[in-house]
Amino acid sequence: MSSILTSAVSQGLLWAILAIGIHITYRILDISDLTSEGSFTLGAAVCATAIVNNIPPILAIFMALISGSLAGMITGLLHTKLQIPSLLAGILSMTGLYSINLRIMGKANIPLNMHSTLLTNIKELFNLGKDRDAAIFLGIIVCVIVIIFLVWFFNTEFGYAIVATGNNDKMIRANGINSDITKIAGLMLANALIALSGALVCQYNGYADVQQGIGAIVIGLASVIIGEVIFRNRNLITSLIGIVIGSIIYRLIVAIVINSNYVSANDMKLFTAIIVAVALYVANVDFKKKRRPKKC
Amino acid sequence: MLKIENLSKTFNANTVNEKKAIQNLSITINDGDFITVIGGNGAGKSTLLNLISGTLPCDEGKITIDDIDITKQKEYKRAAFIGRVFQDPMTGTCADLSIEENLSLAKRRGKKRTLRLGLTPQEKKEYKTLLESLNLGLEHRLSSKVGLLSGGQRQALTLLMSTLVKPKLLLLDEHTAALDPKTATKVLELTTKIVEKDKLTTLMITHNMKDALKYGNRLIMMMDGKIILDISGDEKSKLTVNDLLKMFEQATGGEVVNDRMLLA
Ligand SMILES: Nc1ncnc2c1ncn2[C@@H]1O[C@H](COP(=O)(O)OP(=O)(O)O)[C@@H](O)[C@H]1O
Ligand SMILES: [Mg+2]
Repeated sequence: MSSILTSAVSQGLLWAILAIGIHITYRILDISDLTSEGSFTLGAAVCATAIVNNIPPILAIFMALISGSLAGMITGLLHTKLQIPSLLAGILSMTGLYSINLRIMGKANIPLNMHSTLLTNIKELFNLGKDRDAAIFLGIIVCVIVIIFLVWFFNTEFGYAIVATGNNDKMIRANGINSDITKIAGLMLANALIALSGALVCQYNGYADVQQGIGAIVIGLASVIIGEVIFRNRNLITSLIGIVIGSIIYRLIVAIVINSNYVSANDMKLFTAIIVAVALYVANVDFKKKRRPKKC
Repeated sequence: MLKIENLSKTFNANTVNEKKAIQNLSITINDGDFITVIGGNGAGKSTLLNLISGTLPCDEGKITIDDIDITKQKEYKRAAFIGRVFQDPMTGTCADLSIEENLSLAKRRGKKRTLRLGLTPQEKKEYKTLLESLNLGLEHRLSSKVGLLSGGQRQALTLLMSTLVKPKLLLLDEHTAALDPKTATKVLELTTKIVEKDKLTTLMITHNMKDALKYGNRLIMMMDGKIILDISGDEKSKLTVNDLLKMFEQATGGEVVNDRMLLA
């Protein structure tokens, strides 16, 4: 049981960064951004390729972060400059990224077994016995840094402008803000975090796989929604903490369900999709009662 | 001074739905002019304001403010010197942000958004003092979400936001039309108070002829994308609703006056 718990916590923490990225697009920018599926894999692809080429893991993770922001920028440019609907812009990026990820990796799967990663570094540095302990340690540090950064960022003038864009982009232009820039910046930030998550998860898994991102959005959404159920009255900090907890709870549910033998690991994506569909329906009913009418 | 020369805008050009919304329209608006704009439905009033604010690109013509050509300038750039309040109370504010956060966004109109604090403690005090002076009952609700406010309060807030940085031009598009009569009067009173205090150059669309006569120093009437009447000063203050109706009938060739214009 305790191994189920540590496994859920460690994975939950690393995947929480993905969910936070999804929260930024889905809840703050009010865009359903499918780039995520590609940028999550992109982060893993870049990180793993860098590591097997003997680039220090920290630098490899940083490169993943940058690559994710570039993916977000492409989607943002497609959406704002070419005026492609955001959903479609994300699909185009996601599809294009599949080939790019294969190009970067050169094959469908890159194992990391012999190479030192940030996780093995941490394990050695602090004399931790298990990979999972190192993952929990790393996950907590990264989540704390990301949350502190975002709370600072979304309280700056530029951060306000991004939040306001997602809320009412007509108002934002009337107040002299270039809503193209805020949308692009928001997409870059979100996808940078998602790629970071992909990079961390690939180190945890011990390999990068070109299929790694499939279902990432739904998993991220599940965490966001579970977080929202936990904290009903939320501000930015409680939302973000809620997402981290939501991500851990999601992993626990997955572990319990798989252990129960009713659902096989292969059925998990369907299971998650159904959970999210039901949760979204419930959340929608809830939102409609107290939320603004949708802007046009 | 705002100068509009030979402005034209056609929607759905070269289709069966072609609509010449603004036709070769010219007007010079002097500093300090408070102009009320009337005209039937579809006369092109909103389109004119949208062309001035850059929400819509124009097909032909030239718009200059203080001799700066803004015809091709992006909407968000023009916002540096144009304040706007819309008909729909939802449009002018962010529902999920607080009153003070909304004000802070407006306070930086025309400025670059940096990584400095979006709302400083000093600003908070400033906004509180401002709201206290206006008696809208909002001074104790600075950190409440704007989504919780009534339509009238949201319009009053939008009005404050659009004038927090003094605009060279204030554009009001039927900004009281969605409010009940009592609230509408209140918001109109606040409008004149602010416009007079800061001597703002203002274009205010209204479908209420009485209001159009009561407020402002100049009145224009629009029809079919053209200005068919432009009167100011004494001539305007002597005008009655009946005179206006007559002029409207003459202009439309005896067409029955749109009841929305009459009743409102
Ligand atoms: N975005 C648009 N697309 C097509 N037609 C439009 C659009 N906006 C306005 N129109 C048309 O242009 C004309 C003028 O509209 P508008 O300026 O909104 O009138 P007003 O504000 O005076 O009632 C109307 O016939 C309207 O149907
Ligand atoms: Mg109109």
